[in-house]
Amino acid sequence: MPYSAFFALCMLFVAVTLNAQPPTPQGGGGRGRGRGGGVVTSPRNAYPDRPTGDPAAIERGKALYSVNCAFCHGADTRGGDGGPSLLRSGVVLDDQNGELIAPIVQNGRPDRGMPKFAFSPDQIADIATFIHTFRAAGYDESRQKPPSILVGDPKAGEAYFNARCASCHSATGDLRGIATKIPDEKVLQQTWLMPGGGGGRGGPPPVLAPVPTVTVTLPSGETVEGKLQRIDDFNVSLITADGAYRSFRTEGDAPKVAIRDPLQGHRELLRVYSDKDIHNVTAFLVTLK
Amino acid sequence: MRRATAAGVGSPPRSKNVGPHAKVKSVDGDTGLVRGGLAAGALLACVTVLAATDGLDPAQILKPLSDSWPTYSGDYTGRRYSSLKQIDQSNVKHMTLAWSARLAAGAGPEGGGRGNAQGPPFGPAPTIVGGEGKGDVVVAGGITVKGAILAVDNVLYVTAPDHVWALDAHDGHELWHYFWRTKGGTHIGNRGAAMWGHYLFFVTPDDYFVSIDARTGKERWHKEAASFAQQYFLTSAPVTVGNHIIVGTGNDLDSPGYLTSYDPETGEQQWRFYTVPMNPGDPGLETWKSLDAARHGGGHPWLPGAYDPDTHLYIFGTGNPTPAYTAQVRGEGDNLFTCAIVAVNVDTGKMAWYYQTSPHDTHDWDSAQTPVLIDGDFRGSGPRRMVLTASRNGYYFTLDRLTGEHMVTSKFSDTVNWAKPDLNAKGQPVREPAKDHDIAGALVSSANGGATNWPPPAYSPDTGLFYVPLAESYAMYYLSETDPRGAMGLGGKEEIGVGSLGSYIIAIDPKTGSAAWRHKFRTATGGGGGASGLLTTAGKLLFGGDVSGNFVAFDPATGRPLWHTQIGRVTNAPETFLVDGQQHVLVAAGDTLYAFTLNQ
Repeated sequence: MPYSAFFALCMLFVAVTLNAQPPTPQGGGGRGRGRGGGVVTSPRNAYPDRPTGDPAAIERGKALYSVNCAFCHGADTRGGDGGPSLLRSGVVLDDQNGELIAPIVQNGRPDRGMPKFAFSPDQIADIATFIHTFRAAGYDESRQKPPSILVGDPKAGEAYFNARCASCHSATGDLRGIATKIPDEKVLQQTWLMPGGGGGRGGPPPVLAPVPTVTVTLPSGETVEGKLQRIDDFNVSLITADGAYRSFRTEGDAPKVAIRDPLQGHRELLRVYSDKDIHNVTAFLVTLK
Repeated sequence: MRRATAAGVGSPPRSKNVGPHAKVKSVDGDTGLVRGGLAAGALLACVTVLAATDGLDPAQILKPLSDSWPTYSGDYTGRRYSSLKQIDQSNVKHMTLAWSARLAAGAGPEGGGRGNAQGPPFGPAPTIVGGEGKGDVVVAGGITVKGAILAVDNVLYVTAPDHVWALDAHDGHELWHYFWRTKGGTHIGNRGAAMWGHYLFFVTPDDYFVSIDARTGKERWHKEAASFAQQYFLTSAPVTVGNHIIVGTGNDLDSPGYLTSYDPETGEQQWRFYTVPMNPGDPGLETWKSLDAARHGGGHPWLPGAYDPDTHLYIFGTGNPTPAYTAQVRGEGDNLFTCAIVAVNVDTGKMAWYYQTSPHDTHDWDSAQTPVLIDGDFRGSGPRRMVLTASRNGYYFTLDRLTGEHMVTSKFSDTVNWAKPDLNAKGQPVREPAKDHDIAGALVSSANGGATNWPPPAYSPDTGLFYVPLAESYAMYYLSETDPRGAMGLGGKEEIGVGSLGSYIIAIDPKTGSAAWRHKFRTATGGGGGASGLLTTAGKLLFGGDVSGNFVAFDPATGRPLWHTQIGRVTNAPETFLVDGQQHVLVAAGDTLYAFTLNQ
């Protein structure tokens, strides 16, 4: 919900030190991780997993669930024919051992079309143990198994490439073998859209972004040129060709600062592409083995 | 205009029973304890400072913002416009550091805290420990202040998830530190505390509403405010309105959002307002596929709202619907009252009106941003009472705050591309379904962080302009969940950024929605995220942190920088107040506070 991007940013910047150690009341222990504890680093591990249930109870519960519940609520509790997902149900999430589920199962929900079931408390506890083996989470990597992202037309992609990209790039020159160098199609797509990105998979970027260069024209007319190090509204710094670090205070438009960003074309095209263009270009680039 | 004595505004008890007898050692054993035997001396000093005050009378919050900072936005309007003008355009170049203070999670020798140890008999500032956790959950990462700092009677109250500190506003030294031992939950940020009399109120990531005594840091009580098992987490700053303490929820799973109003004395619930339909017959249910979909529909009001004392309306924004991306389980409707500005009567908890800024959102672009209340002429039609919001989806809105009637919509980001070119008859953007997400990837602006986010905007009545931090960015949105039953919460997609085209402060004219100016921060390439929250003053200054770690004073008429200093990325919104009659400007960068004043 609120803050994914901010969160990502923050998690990059936070020190990994355990700065937030709880102050130990009146000295003594409390610093170790006991059972059931953990290290909260992100929303993915912010909530404790339920204790693993008794395997025999899970088996009994699964058998009961499969026969009686799965048709409506789905074999994986995510919902089925007419019944809602149990995985996100507040009742199920709040339930510990069947105590909240029991009245609903035993009485049914006639207003919502759910019949009642004459299970014993032990049977309901078994069903609850089984249901609780499914983890409720928005972030579930195990489900991130998309089909191929290749849907584009390579011929149309080649035509687009020739029209829009060929002034800087060549399929037989700098991009020769790019699909061998970057075999993951999604990473390839992300990389040609904006070189230097990591492809979103947490790994290092397959291609480093070229560094912008900058020319500073001093009031005397002297110009200083080099690789841009850092710039904001008040300072600019660069490394000159002979390796010297130079830094200049700026105020308004003085001294004059001109940046040449090799990726400017990539940035400007973001406003231009259709999604179809992107898919076509990717379909073309994957042929450059 | 009539400024009513806010009915329902109650005054806290005027206890004069404050003094060195403060019962330092009588903290309830089951909820907390005062740490360290050397605390008494420090507490004594602390109490001496505070003894002359009566805490915060909620009526003070009704006054225009000036000498103190008594609530999240400074006052109820959300304008973040201070009438202070000791620091102005002519002398801001002489503004310099008064003090800085680094907050520490621990205290005393073990925690390496900053403390204020001066040797016997003065010990470190006391740490009071509360919480329902067993002490076995460790939160990785340092302290980051991402919320409002209350400034009342020369004392500052600062929060971070699981922490509250009281600092002396003269030099930033610590008076006490309250630490909440957590059970877990998403530790993303805390937006600050609320105050009522001598009581402070804040919320925790593991879903408690906690009250502590502002004089000692001693816990008064804590209440379970949401279900931890359902993966709620609480970040918002509570807001004091008369005898109500109002706070909203957060949750990234599928759950209903709600606001709760609590009694400041007892912590008992006064009312609860759900932002999605919860029962058959509830308004808005027809905009969901089913009651089950609505009851899991999100809409969390995770930032504080504004308050109109004349109408008793608490006006706030709601978050995204859930599941956020795999929206088919929500149906094709608007999914009310998610991504909306909502007005609720503060005495009854009943909704007066709503206006949805993102019907059927599919990108997790909350409209939870704190709205801003202004009064004035509108295009010659006479005086109007308005509410302004710049939404995370890239669209700006002016609404009538008595009725919710739409007045102005504009697109304040040039890159935003998720909606069709034309607004609908209600002035709402209309989503382009092809830009939801795609298995092969859809190129969407903005990236998930949005055109703007929680960092608060500001409005200056001097210029008539509304100032908003803006980030222009693109991301590829890949659908990764092909199960027609969809994913939960924020799942079901992979969102990968492809670049930022710029970060700005933009000054919007609320009468037209157009930009009077945009200041683009100079960066090496593209943007670099968003600027910090903003503050503007009668000294004709606009304060904010840029994307490169500079804290800057701008000319609010033009966006021209007038003063700056490099302190690292500003992580909250700047504030201003008086310390012994002298104007200070306070801002946080990570775990460190910086207070500036004129070098005279």
